[in-house]
Amino acid sequence: MSDWGRVYPQLFEATGETLYMVGVAALLTVLLGVPLGVLLTVTAPGGLAPRPLLNRALGLVVNLGRALPFIILLVLVAPVTRGIVGTTIGSTAAIVPLTLGAIPFLARLVETSLREIAPGKVEAALSMGARRRDVVRTVLLPESRPSLVAGVTVTVVALISYSAMAGAVGGGGLGDFAIRFGYQQFRTDITLLTVVLLLVIVQLLQWAGDRWARRLAHV
Amino acid sequence: MIELTDVRKVFPARRRAGEVVAVDGVSLRVQAGEFAGVVGPSGSGKSTLVRLVNLLERPTSGSVTVDGQVLTDLPDDRVREARRSIGMVFQHFELLDSRTAAGNVEHPLELAGVGRAERRRRATELLDLVGLGERAEARPAQLSGGQKQRVAIARALAVRPKVLLCDEATSALDQASTAGVLELLRRVRSELGLTVLLITHEMAVVKAVCDSAVLLERGRVVDGGRLSEVLTRGHSPLADALLPAPVADAGAGHGGALLRVTVTDRTPETVVLQTLVGELGLAVEVAGGSVETVAGGRYGRLLLRVTGDLDRLDAGLRGLRDGGVVVERVPAHGGVAAGSGATR
Repeated sequence: MSDWGRVYPQLFEATGETLYMVGVAALLTVLLGVPLGVLLTVTAPGGLAPRPLLNRALGLVVNLGRALPFIILLVLVAPVTRGIVGTTIGSTAAIVPLTLGAIPFLARLVETSLREIAPGKVEAALSMGARRRDVVRTVLLPESRPSLVAGVTVTVVALISYSAMAGAVGGGGLGDFAIRFGYQQFRTDITLLTVVLLLVIVQLLQWAGDRWARRLAHV
Repeated sequence: MIELTDVRKVFPARRRAGEVVAVDGVSLRVQAGEFAGVVGPSGSGKSTLVRLVNLLERPTSGSVTVDGQVLTDLPDDRVREARRSIGMVFQHFELLDSRTAAGNVEHPLELAGVGRAERRRRATELLDLVGLGERAEARPAQLSGGQKQRVAIARALAVRPKVLLCDEATSALDQASTAGVLELLRRVRSELGLTVLLITHEMAVVKAVCDSAVLLERGRVVDGGRLSEVLTRGHSPLADALLPAPVADAGAGHGGALLRVTVTDRTPETVVLQTLVGELGLAVEVAGGSVETVAGGRYGRLLLRVTGDLDRLDAGLRGLRDGGVVVERVPAHGGVAAGSGATR
């Protein structure tokens, strides 16, 4: 295989694109998905601030986001992407659909985590004169931290898998690389190498996430 | 210090179940510095009642006054402020696992906007008070049940409340830890001049710590008062629950008369025996009963069988009653039962 010298730089570049897309999308997903998850939890019937109508509307939007196949979402949000990034092509443009696809996913995970918190802890905080936002800030989020970290880890792994499809809109990254160099040029060794690389990234992420979650869990 | 006036709490009907009247017109008064108990079987509305005091549950009707403030008239944000002067301790402790013991004690101080250095200082002081100064950096998971409840008590006292509410505070603890926690509650009550309202289903807890108690059944107060006064009554639901009345038919039919005597610090059984044995020359046998320490005093209910010359017995009993002794002749159960059996 004399062409490895040509392939390696491209592989290197593709890895960088994947990490860039996933990294930025993950950051945005956490920034937007966690508040959405909190909102889903507190507006639920019997929650801190029950708003049944808002809760149902949010639930519907979130479910729609999760039901939509990512490849469809990619196409559907193209106008939004153009509005935000200025183009629908490239890694930066791919961040928009990636983030939009992952937010509902993480929001549901966050909701599940927050629901696990014993209602008595919330009641105890309220008995101390806590405001609702104090309860979220000092009870719900800190107490569910280990499980939130686990949820974020799962979301980031899902983002890596989504990002492989971003190649379809010229987003680049490892998925795109595997298709162009491996699949389309009948180079099974390159496909395999890419898969191994993805596996290593996912394993590293999962390992780091698990370690972090364990360190936070004091139970 | 705490005053509930005709408080009702009705939970609206849910899908299957109809509406539930958890608290049904309760009026309750707890004096400043008093250690008051609310006792009753599970489902009697105790837990709802205690939550009405700090408005964790808003009453459907009636008014709640704590420390001169009519809480039921206040808007939500003022209620939140008022809650800071009402500490609360729960059955399952409800400590935050994400914080150390000291961190948990600091939590209410943080909510009240107290600075970091002052919070630390206060947490150390409070953990010392509850005997856990050494465990400040321990996580709740590393503490025993009794220790967790001590931390929870320290947390409840952090903002120097005037009132402490205890919701089944010892029900999840073993006997030794229960005794320790109750002892602590009594101690902080006197040291800090607190008013305590304690909810429990255990009579032993009421006997160990309370000055007064009310008996709650199906959301209503059926009996209550200062224990020293309740226990000197001959009969009442609360008195019977605190000191079970001795069974009257124990050894019935042996002749003589059965007397039910209530023993207190001021009217000990020695006075009764002096009259019965010394003055009336009767033979006295204890047919049943018990004497216990309740609210720091000695109380008991005894069933005495007296035999001998009973002619002067009624006069003697009158004399005892004039002296403040609660004593009554028990109708001869065995005889009545036999008589009715014969007529059938």
